[in-house]
Amino acid sequence: MKDANDIKLKIGLAEMLKGGVIMDVTTPEQAKIAQDAGAVAVMALERIPADIRAHGGVARMSDPTVIKAIQKVVSIPVMAKCRIGHFAEAQVLQALGIDFIDESEVLTPADEEFHVDKWKFKVPFVCGCRDLGEALRRIAEGAAMIRTKGEAGSGNIVEAVRHMRKVQSGIKKITVLGDEELVTEAKNLGAPVELVREVKKLGKLPVPNFSAGGVATPADASLMMQLGAETVFVGSGIFKSSDPALRAKAIVDATTHYMDFDLIARVSEGLGEAMPGLEIAAIPEAERMANRGW
Amino acid sequence: MYIGILALQGDFAKHQEMLAMLGQDTMLVRTRQELELCAGLIIPGGESTTLSLLLNKHTLRDAIIRFAGEKPVFGTCAGSILLSRSVVKDPVESLGLIDAVIERNAYGRQIDSFIDDIDVRLNGNVQKVEGFFIRAPKIISIGKGVVPLAWHQGNIVMAEQNNILIATFHPELTKNPAVHNYFLKKIKP
Repeated sequence: MKDANDIKLKIGLAEMLKGGVIMDVTTPEQAKIAQDAGAVAVMALERIPADIRAHGGVARMSDPTVIKAIQKVVSIPVMAKCRIGHFAEAQVLQALGIDFIDESEVLTPADEEFHVDKWKFKVPFVCGCRDLGEALRRIAEGAAMIRTKGEAGSGNIVEAVRHMRKVQSGIKKITVLGDEELVTEAKNLGAPVELVREVKKLGKLPVPNFSAGGVATPADASLMMQLGAETVFVGSGIFKSSDPALRAKAIVDATTHYMDFDLIARVSEGLGEAMPGLEIAAIPEAERMANRGW
Repeated sequence: MYIGILALQGDFAKHQEMLAMLGQDTMLVRTRQELELCAGLIIPGGESTTLSLLLNKHTLRDAIIRFAGEKPVFGTCAGSILLSRSVVKDPVESLGLIDAVIERNAYGRQIDSFIDDIDVRLNGNVQKVEGFFIRAPKIISIGKGVVPLAWHQGNIVMAEQNNILIATFHPELTKNPAVHNYFLKKIKP
């Protein structure tokens, strides 16, 4: 990979976030609740995905006032989203001292052909994917962390499961291919052959693989960890529920102890209402966020 | 014999890979019961705010303090913060197992993170180690009983006091096992 030292440093921060929960927040108060519940990082947003979905219109990078207010009250890393392909928003976020940029399909894409050239930045990027080819294309552009897209703001885990399973089965397939088959596999995936070779050698993605989109309960978090996620993003699932602090803590516990089912049963008790979910089939094709990006 | 790696959150898997490379058995520690089976403990990098909170929640705080009374403990980055006597700037409740004052996020945010070669003095020999400083802390001062082992631009970045070893950088992110080897020598089977 190019800029060997830079990418190692970026991946290094992603390593530190493993085994934790990254929470979407829109105010300093929510950021404090998230940090006190055990979040490893917060995603500073103007609106959480469920509200972006309900509100409609063009969704853009957050107002720097919101981001700075959140940076002031927490000591954990602060992430923020830029629109797909909107490198100027990314430059602004880097200037604000954001620790990780999410080039996210939750916002309205700014470029329908190209994603941001992430190698040009000192700040690390995370990008969403639906399958292995998409993951490797983003890594080729310099992403230091990959997450499933899921279907943000839906409260429905089905798309995150689909995307995680597709990434994992794509990886498994490569590990049993012969070296002579890798160029064709790279062509089929639409990904650079160097990265396909690396996946074969490592048996996993060369960057951390997190889960996002649709996590609403402690059991959802455990499910994604068992399917191979190394950390869980929770967007609308916490602050759209009836008791955010309690639910946030429960999801942190379920992520740390994702194989301890007695504990997950215990922390799942009395959490109140989860966020109201959406059937994916009820979301018109044009409004599905996962279809943004390529 | 197992070396425990605190696995509440953070880059515990990187420490595990390093120890596996050295042929050392490891145990991921999330409970007191798991800790009791170990001959030494590593507290990995991660988020010290989160780790400190989770130590309390899983009643591991007292257990680790007792453990450190007889067995070696090694902390990298967030682990070094947790092991220190006192933490300045965004203080967290630490374990107070080494007589050092440490400042969190002392170099700044992620854009200020860097990699640089550092000279580490191990058993009288100085060797170069690749130092990953990721939102790293700085050791501000050390007590009389603490021995500095490495410096970067005049700052102490690694130190020990009897059975407690701290590094503000991440030797687990490199392929160089020198620091982990040094820690393993402290362990009595």
